[in-house]
Amino acid sequence: MADTKALYQEVILDHNRKPRNYGRLDHPSHKAEGHNPLCGDHLALALDLQGERIAGIAFEGESCAICKASASMMTATVKGKTREDAETLIREFREMATGELDCGSYPHHLGRLTVFAGVRDLPTRVKCAILPWHTLRAAIHSQASTSTESEADPMHAPIGDA
Amino acid sequence: MTASPSPRRLAPAPALDVERIRADFPILRLKVGGKPLVYLDNAASSQMPQQVIDRLLRYQTSQHANIHRAVHMLSEIATAEYEEARRKIARFVNAREDREVIFTSGTTEAINLVMHGYGRKFLGAGDEIILTTLEHHSNIVPWQMLCEEKGARIRVVPINDAGELLIDEYEKLFNERTKFVGVMQVSNALGTVNPVKSMIAFAHARGVPVLIDGAQAAPHMNIDVQDLDCDFYALSGHKLCGPTGIGILYGKAALLERMQPFKGGGDMILSVSFEKTVYNTVPQKFEAGTPPIAAAIGLGAAIDYLSEIGMGAIAAHENALLDYATAQLERMPGVCIIGTAADKAAVLSFALQGVHPHDAGTLLNQEGVAVRTGHHCAQPVMQRFRIPATSRASFAFYNSMAEVDALVAGIRTVQKVFA
Repeated sequence: MADTKALYQEVILDHNRKPRNYGRLDHPSHKAEGHNPLCGDHLALALDLQGERIAGIAFEGESCAICKASASMMTATVKGKTREDAETLIREFREMATGELDCGSYPHHLGRLTVFAGVRDLPTRVKCAILPWHTLRAAIHSQASTSTESEADPMHAPIGDA
Repeated sequence: MTASPSPRRLAPAPALDVERIRADFPILRLKVGGKPLVYLDNAASSQMPQQVIDRLLRYQTSQHANIHRAVHMLSEIATAEYEEARRKIARFVNAREDREVIFTSGTTEAINLVMHGYGRKFLGAGDEIILTTLEHHSNIVPWQMLCEEKGARIRVVPINDAGELLIDEYEKLFNERTKFVGVMQVSNALGTVNPVKSMIAFAHARGVPVLIDGAQAAPHMNIDVQDLDCDFYALSGHKLCGPTGIGILYGKAALLERMQPFKGGGDMILSVSFEKTVYNTVPQKFEAGTPPIAAAIGLGAAIDYLSEIGMGAIAAHENALLDYATAQLERMPGVCIIGTAADKAAVLSFALQGVHPHDAGTLLNQEGVAVRTGHHCAQPVMQRFRIPATSRASFAFYNSMAEVDALVAGIRTVQKVFA
């Protein structure tokens, strides 16, 4: 049984209520839109990549609390980091959410993002947590849009319908 | 539960003994995260009573063989039981003849059968098909596929803010190109009961045949296809306390005879040679290959079970549940009921202010309450109300008033988390 009480922790509820970096950038260098057609989650992500560094990042959209909090905490975490750091975090977050990475036993860089570890027990909610990261990866690689249902997408989570 | 023999057999009581009925459903004893399961996702799939489980076991342990084939004992028993199930369903929907009941994998396949068997044969370029905003994707997509192939066109009946069809608009859609009508009897997303009988009469006055998607209606009310005078009626077994993988298409015999087969294969032929194949008669013409025999027999047992309780008593109890739940939710601040039609079946869709339905569903599950969250395979309905999704509680006759209270308490918990 999933410990959903642990998933809806105050930090997640707080980021849902007051999302950080919510809005638009004046002059984004990279953009992507993320969409989960199964539940209607939708977010637009804008990046200001200066060289290898993420100087600015912002998102907006309509989504559930898990998705919005994940996006908010993601933007707060990757702001100021390099593209390579972001790629590492994207990979680690996905592995944590799908249960491939045991955060307790293996070294990682996720920090407070481990509050999302509980989604691994809620297969229908994994995509909600991953969507912002999915979208960040698309933005870094300058794809115009991405979807949790895109078969070819390397971030496609191996789970059933939401 | 009492140990006395079933009084239902002797004299059907006007009210249901819910506790007695619940004892028939082993799954209702489950606990979810330590809390009793409160199963309110019956519009998606209903649960199975022990009587149906036992029937499946008996078939599989002592009656199974392929049907309509061999002369040995088991094949003859299996064939007789399969055809007996067809008879039970024909009586359940009040078909004129048993052969008007075709076994399908469910409502979706039944609608696809009509699209392939009737639509592809009789509809052409410029012809129009009338559907409604309320339709489930399974009564939209097959017709879009047909339109793409034939150059036909779909016209859509709009709804009002309560989720009721605008019948004036429906009538205005008819013209000389109108060749088919498809409409659901009960909306899976909102619970609206549509006035299908008068809609059918209106279409028939213009010579247009009508398909009724009865997936959500059949579990909740008496179905009489002769009284409705529908040309086709589709339903699913797993929403009627039966197994998954089985459903039926009722069709008027005269129409079924004129239709082309949907799938080719064994059982649907009288003779085959490479020069010429002669198709079997109705209903075998539409039942190619080995059907889900056990599932069909299980559905027959489920219909026995429902009939013994009585669809009238079932409808009365479910309406009482819906009225009670509606009254409770209407009083709660921050709760908005989506779908407020005057005539509704046991479906209660709602939105919680400031809470996405998926968060509500996850937190309700934590309280043991199983509801559906999402677009309910009815995205046009969601678009009409400009929402991505709803939470939906849907009731069955085995649900209790105490379970409605559990739903209400669960919603309060969700609201507290997001306060």
